[in-house]
Amino acid sequence: MTITPFDPALGEVPRPQTPNSWKRYFSFNTDAKVIGIQYIATALIFLLVGGLLAMIMRGELITPEADLVDRTVYNGLYTMHGTIMLFLFMFPVLNGLNNLLIPCMIGAPDMAFPRLNAAAFWLVPVFGVILMASFLVPGGPAASGWWSYPPVSLQNPLGHLINGEALWIVAVALSGVSSIMGALNFVTTILRMRAPGMTLFRMPIFCWTALSAQTIQLIGLPALTGGAVMLLFDLVVGTSFYRPEGGGDPVLYQHFFWFYSHPAVYVIILPVFGVFSELFPVYARKPLFGYMFVAVASLVIVGLSLVVWVHHMFPSGVPQWMRDLFMVTTMLIAVPTGIKVFAWLATLWGGKIRLNTPMLFALGGLFNFVFAGVTGIMLATVPVDIHVNNTYFVVGHFHYVIYGAATMGVYAAIYHWFPKFTGRMYYEGLGKLHFLLTFIGTNLNFFPMHPLGLMGMPRRVSSYDPEFAFWNVIASLGAFLLGVSIIPFLLNLVSSLVQGERAPANPWSAIGLEWLLPSPPPAENFEANVPTVISGPYGYGTNLPLVENQSDYERALLKV
Amino acid sequence: MTTTPSRPGLPVLTGLAIWLGLLVWFSLWVGRQSYGWLPVQASSAAPLVDGLFSFETAVATFVFSGVVSVMVWVILFNRAAKYDVSDAEPIEGNTRLEIIWTVIPLVLVMAIAVYTIDVNRQIGLIGPMEHVHDRPEPVLADGASPASEIEVISRQWSWEFRYPTAGVTSTELHLPIGRRVGLQLRSEDVIHGFYVPAFRLKQQVIPGRVIPFFITPTRLGRYRLRDSEYSGTWFAANQADVVVQSEDDYQSWLRRAASLPLQPGLSDASREYAIRQNRGRSSGYATVAPAPPPMVNVPGSNTLPHDG
Repeated sequence: MTITPFDPALGEVPRPQTPNSWKRYFSFNTDAKVIGIQYIATALIFLLVGGLLAMIMRGELITPEADLVDRTVYNGLYTMHGTIMLFLFMFPVLNGLNNLLIPCMIGAPDMAFPRLNAAAFWLVPVFGVILMASFLVPGGPAASGWWSYPPVSLQNPLGHLINGEALWIVAVALSGVSSIMGALNFVTTILRMRAPGMTLFRMPIFCWTALSAQTIQLIGLPALTGGAVMLLFDLVVGTSFYRPEGGGDPVLYQHFFWFYSHPAVYVIILPVFGVFSELFPVYARKPLFGYMFVAVASLVIVGLSLVVWVHHMFPSGVPQWMRDLFMVTTMLIAVPTGIKVFAWLATLWGGKIRLNTPMLFALGGLFNFVFAGVTGIMLATVPVDIHVNNTYFVVGHFHYVIYGAATMGVYAAIYHWFPKFTGRMYYEGLGKLHFLLTFIGTNLNFFPMHPLGLMGMPRRVSSYDPEFAFWNVIASLGAFLLGVSIIPFLLNLVSSLVQGERAPANPWSAIGLEWLLPSPPPAENFEANVPTVISGPYGYGTNLPLVENQSDYERALLKV
Repeated sequence: MTTTPSRPGLPVLTGLAIWLGLLVWFSLWVGRQSYGWLPVQASSAAPLVDGLFSFETAVATFVFSGVVSVMVWVILFNRAAKYDVSDAEPIEGNTRLEIIWTVIPLVLVMAIAVYTIDVNRQIGLIGPMEHVHDRPEPVLADGASPASEIEVISRQWSWEFRYPTAGVTSTELHLPIGRRVGLQLRSEDVIHGFYVPAFRLKQQVIPGRVIPFFITPTRLGRYRLRDSEYSGTWFAANQADVVVQSEDDYQSWLRRAASLPLQPGLSDASREYAIRQNRGRSSGYATVAPAPPPMVNVPGSNTLPHDG
């Protein structure tokens, strides 16, 4: 380990970074904190794009007939909505959090491979542009869903070589390459660059969940990327990996796709579990209950997540033994997940709870996550899944996960660490308004999808039978409310950045290495004065110092 | 620091018992309500699926309302006072409690799994085993011949039903009540999904493969068959009706149908495509043209009121 422990005799203190030009955010910058903000800003722009597409879809679905847009347009919209939200919002925003938080939390000056890190980020706008360009090519964008199942994805009505589907596959493959590069970096950084004294079991849970999630990326993404390349060959050079008329098997693609894409949900939700585990102790003023169990539960989830993919294929024609086996593995995921939920509840229990914006988002996210969890168990059981598979029940379930839990967790994280990385406080009133609109909008939008699915409304439809109209109207109103909820959020971000109150180093009296740095932290974080960690990460109420010579660090922060 | 909680007093235990009692009562009530959220039960599989769903709804309600009631409690009663910046009591864990809440969910989900595997067996949803293994035709539990009497052909975007022994084709699926009917599912282009919500059954129809599928209808009426696997532009319009009739009505329908001349069957997609082509100016992106409507004895209807 090349990291020098802090020597108080040197008397040096970390200096806040000199206000650099805004231009660095538009350059190939290798500072993880710049890259983190680049990721988050890019992701938020694509959140707006994906959200706009969603609202056009909900506009179409507010009436049973296909009357707002052409059916081909609707199919393009829902395909691009899913693709943008996953590959251009969710993964980038989480990688942004990883970049900001991991080095600071473990006391590293930067990521292990800064140039690889910047390259991984700059692939995001590249494949973002490729994906957006597909709206402009003849024939329109990809329109076969974000699963892109063959043979429907191989139908190329105009016969052009450059078509929406081909651009879609290229973009997804580049996204995979970018994520693999990111994952290599995060895993290496966490394993090799921790501050002295920070053993694995003294790491903040966010680092545990990031490590787990990025391990899934390393194991699973090659399968998806390989499957996508074969799909591209089928589409543009006429191979028959998946074409039944040439002896291929379309179901093979489903295996490749879900082998990665189910674990991908854990890549998304695990860091959000990490965010919950960081925030609840801070705002309940109590240590995280059962730290060890929570840390190890993430690894158990990784293991199980790799052997559940067939539950997306119960109606695809898989034998009974496979249905039973994958049902049991899927159900087992409830156990480590339950451990975490109970640990959070026990952390809150008897705490001194402060309901500021990040805490509200975390609690709202937990509420939605538990709802998504219980419907997930229903989806795991084969006979119920056979009925609701590919219906709106599934759409409701995963939007509770992806928006209700994950995106709200991301909001919680953005508010919580906003002062740290921008040096400004956000506006609490706007934040609470944002929470209220988001929480109501989420439930109004996504709850009605469950009764719709139970009644038998298939997903991905551009028109539906009149008996489904009632719940669809409510869902659409919820979607428009979610659209409105973005306004106070953006207003808050922009106005706080411009004229927000200056943030102290530790506005939440939180414990953690990142809170021993000035706000915003200097480019190299602790520089030569890397602290030596002497206790676990959540010592609330114990009065135990986190690092050696903690008072020197705290005094140094007061001086700046 | 692991602390052992002091023995709770009588009022605490009483409160806990009342809380648990309320949760159980509420969960059972919601579980009973859940039957009403589903379409009518029109096949032998439906009551089994609904029973399992009701059980899961009760368990889910218990877990969800249990967690939410704890959240509400702490938000109401564990709030920090306005100027209180002190920390709470540092309880870092309790191994016994943690083991309990690992084991209870484990037992619970395994109970659901055992129940489900049993329902699976009863429904006898026999997947096309030849997809993965070269096994012979599955032998049915009741020893009956699995010979298929109806061929189902899915296309972009219409459903065609052939009754080879009666020499009938139709775009409306007629089934006799009360006996197991064998279907052969085929697709001529992409993957479709054969889904009748009232039957609670669904099967992907994979091109290049003939998939045997079995249904025992148990209720007279008219139901919706929906394409459940996204199949392209007119996916949403790829619906047909399923008419469950008494054996006598079914046989007489077959006899009457056999004497009718062939005519184009139902295809909403073809109708909409023609309108789109006539408009001249393209209003959307490129699309695959629908297959011509199949020539059938009975087009039937897909606009009459349906029971589920």
